Amino acid sequence: MAWRFKLAPDKTNFDFFRWQWLTFGGSLFLSVLAIVAWAVMGLNYGIDFKGGTTIRTESTVAVDVGAYREALQGLPLGDVSITEVFDTNFAENQHVTMIRIAAEDESQAVTPEQIGQVEEVLRAAIDPAMTFPSVESVGPKVSGELVYTSVLALIVTSLCIMVYMWLRFEWQFGVGAVLALLHDVIITIGIFAIFQIKFDLTIVAALLTILGYSINDTVVVFDRLRENLQKYKQMPLREVMNLSVNETLARTLMTALTTLIAVGAMLVFGGDVLRGFSLAIFLGVLFGTYSSVYVAKNIVLIIGLDRSEKAKKAGTPDDFANIDA
Amino acid sequence: MLNFPFWKQILTWMLVAAGLLLALPNLYYPQVEAHNDAAKAVEEAGFATTEQQAALDEWPDWLPSGIVNLGLDLRGGAHLLAEVQVEDVYKARMDGWWPEVRNALRDVRDQVGSVRRQPAQIPYELRVQIENEAGMAAAVEAVRALASNVVTLTGVGQTDIDVTAEGNVLIVQLSEPERAAVDQRTIQQSLEIIRTRVDQAGTREPTIQRQGADRILIQVPGIGSATELKALIGTTAKLTFNPVVRRGTAEDKTPGAGNVSLPSMDEEGVWYTVEEVPVVSGEDLTNAKGDFDQNGRPAVAFQFDVRGARAFGDYTAQNIGAPFAIVLDGKVISAPVIQSHIPGGSGIITGNFTVEEANRLAVLLSAGALPATMNFLEERTIGPELGQDSIDAGRLATVIAAAAVSVLMIASYGLFGVFAVVALAINMAMIFGIMSMIGATLTLPGIAGLVLTIGMAVDANVLIYERMRDELRAGAKSAARAIELGFERALSAIVDANVTTLITAGVLFFLGAGPVRGFAVTLAIGIVTSVFTAINVTRLIVTYWYNRRKPKTLVV
Repeated sequence: MAWRFKLAPDKTNFDFFRWQWLTFGGSLFLSVLAIVAWAVMGLNYGIDFKGGTTIRTESTVAVDVGAYREALQGLPLGDVSITEVFDTNFAENQHVTMIRIAAEDESQAVTPEQIGQVEEVLRAAIDPAMTFPSVESVGPKVSGELVYTSVLALIVTSLCIMVYMWLRFEWQFGVGAVLALLHDVIITIGIFAIFQIKFDLTIVAALLTILGYSINDTVVVFDRLRENLQKYKQMPLREVMNLSVNETLARTLMTALTTLIAVGAMLVFGGDVLRGFSLAIFLGVLFGTYSSVYVAKNIVLIIGLDRSEKAKKAGTPDDFANIDA
Repeated sequence: MLNFPFWKQILTWMLVAAGLLLALPNLYYPQVEAHNDAAKAVEEAGFATTEQQAALDEWPDWLPSGIVNLGLDLRGGAHLLAEVQVEDVYKARMDGWWPEVRNALRDVRDQVGSVRRQPAQIPYELRVQIENEAGMAAAVEAVRALASNVVTLTGVGQTDIDVTAEGNVLIVQLSEPERAAVDQRTIQQSLEIIRTRVDQAGTREPTIQRQGADRILIQVPGIGSATELKALIGTTAKLTFNPVVRRGTAEDKTPGAGNVSLPSMDEEGVWYTVEEVPVVSGEDLTNAKGDFDQNGRPAVAFQFDVRGARAFGDYTAQNIGAPFAIVLDGKVISAPVIQSHIPGGSGIITGNFTVEEANRLAVLLSAGALPATMNFLEERTIGPELGQDSIDAGRLATVIAAAAVSVLMIASYGLFGVFAVVALAINMAMIFGIMSMIGATLTLPGIAGLVLTIGMAVDANVLIYERMRDELRAGAKSAARAIELGFERALSAIVDANVTTLITAGVLFFLGAGPVRGFAVTLAIGIVTSVFTAINVTRLIVTYWYNRRKPKTLVV
């Protein structure tokens, strides 16, 4: 046998339920913590959701956020926040900041005159050669709609996935898979809340991608579980589950690693504009892998499967009208 | 022997070849872009200049010339989301109805008594107070007789106005189907006019599309800023020539019936009282262009059509020595005194213009006035340097991701890992091929979708190879059998996993906008091609390798 890089031995026999109180309980605890953080600290919404303007500045002069703030002090603007941006791709004397100006209530974002003033003041105070590579404004009306659309998208996607899993497997699998997905998404949102990372429309796209991707590992486990349930009709459900997870462990780790490597490359080298997006997907894949081993199947076990022949018949995909019976 | 049906082999080869061929132009992006631009210009003009011919020769005609469009966030440019104020048009429509309603009521004056217009409470209504409440039935009947039928898909047999009464007030409202028709027409006109204005300004490949009921999305690559774009399309550009009644230094609160008081555009504190009904308006213009007056100052030269020329000629002949005002969007540009009769219908507008302003005004005037004002809900400007930085970063990330994933796959699966890497390379090429074919737009999140696809595409290979290992361990009859079972039994998991991701991409496409939509497209294409390459292309390679080498034992 030639040498192979392996993440897991050929045959494993872990009891994935042994530390259930820690693994599953830990997941529950983290989910609750994430929701609390989300509720208490709130998310650092970008202009997509809150309305307002962001201006990207670029200069050869090193950034002193205080000086920027002082320069903008005199202008009649809403809430202003200034953050310095770092990236591995920047040249040595390339100094970038993002200035975010909140929309004043009811007004139509920030006027072009105000943006002109900001640019003028900064050029005068910091660097006459400063450039503004991007200026974006979103009015409060649109941002309200974007919030609604995003929430709708998350719900619709979850429901679609649940229905698909129900058609292909059994409803318990659908519920287990979707709850595991929500766990991944909620913890990711929690991390964004705790570290106050900017949360904008691309992050929502990332969360939706997590929904679509992180189910893959779960599907692999469930697919094997379905096969093993046919094979070992007498084995207790819990043991069939353990067997299935052990058998698929190598590929679960491998598929997660390939994706993490690719997303990791994007996180490090993909530029600062995409960093939040990459980070969300990276975290989502990480938790997704964990949840497909430790969360999804536990939920199916808690709900329980009816493995009798009669239930098998009623549970065939063509006849799901009686499925709750 | 491993079996892979011959027709499937041929089909796989053909699809791969087509994908590679379609992706090819993207390697020569600048040349193909120049070629396509020149081809378009030549088709419009009917002949080719030397420069255009040179650009045409850069890329052979018989090769596919579709390339992936770069989104605004990669190319740089301006993005605007405008909301058309259709209420403006409703109001104008109701103002138009008033004389007709008044005349109709005059015919039944003996029953109705005198009538007076009341301020409207919603934009699409006209409120008329009548003297004798007892005559309301007759009034309603008389006004209803004015209604005409609206023909729409849903509203057949409905009339354009609804007439109701509230005490002694008669209410005329635009009916629902008529409002829908007005909305439709207003948006359509606005789209056309915006398109003309942007095209005349000479920018390339603008995107101008309707979004939702009353919104228009405008994306113009290569323009300096959203403010500049807004100046071009945000002005209504309603031009009128009105007789001047008097000139003053403050707004005239009582301009008199049929008159309005308007501020001067350039002179602070100067107001003109002008007659509300114009002599001629911008609709009568056939042409306008930037020019200079006899003193060499920038001006706009214009030409009236026959009707406009006659009206203008007659008016100037009768009013020599009197001033008339040139009014643009409710402001007086200038109010020259008529020196002589102006026949022929051409003239120039002078004002305090710069050359740029004069040219822009000329563009606006010849494209026509917008039917309604617009509110800008979203404005984005992205500089070309930032776009280029993003492309560079994206390219670097893609290369590193591909290299790292390749190393991992080869370390884990040896020769089979190499097969997976070949399939991955073909997959990437096919994504570009399909995107070029359907004219999809690559956005910054789209690049992320591409990188993500690299990580996800090999997952299908992982599943197949791990399944082969399973089958070998379970004691498959032969190496060939293990390979076949590996492909067969991994299929259900691969399909399920990818369908769920495809569902997500679908939702993102329908609910997302702009860059997010670009991500959804890239992701969806990547899923389809990666399933194809992981299953068919890998299988093809494995089959060729196996049938050639005929290994006794299989090491995956």
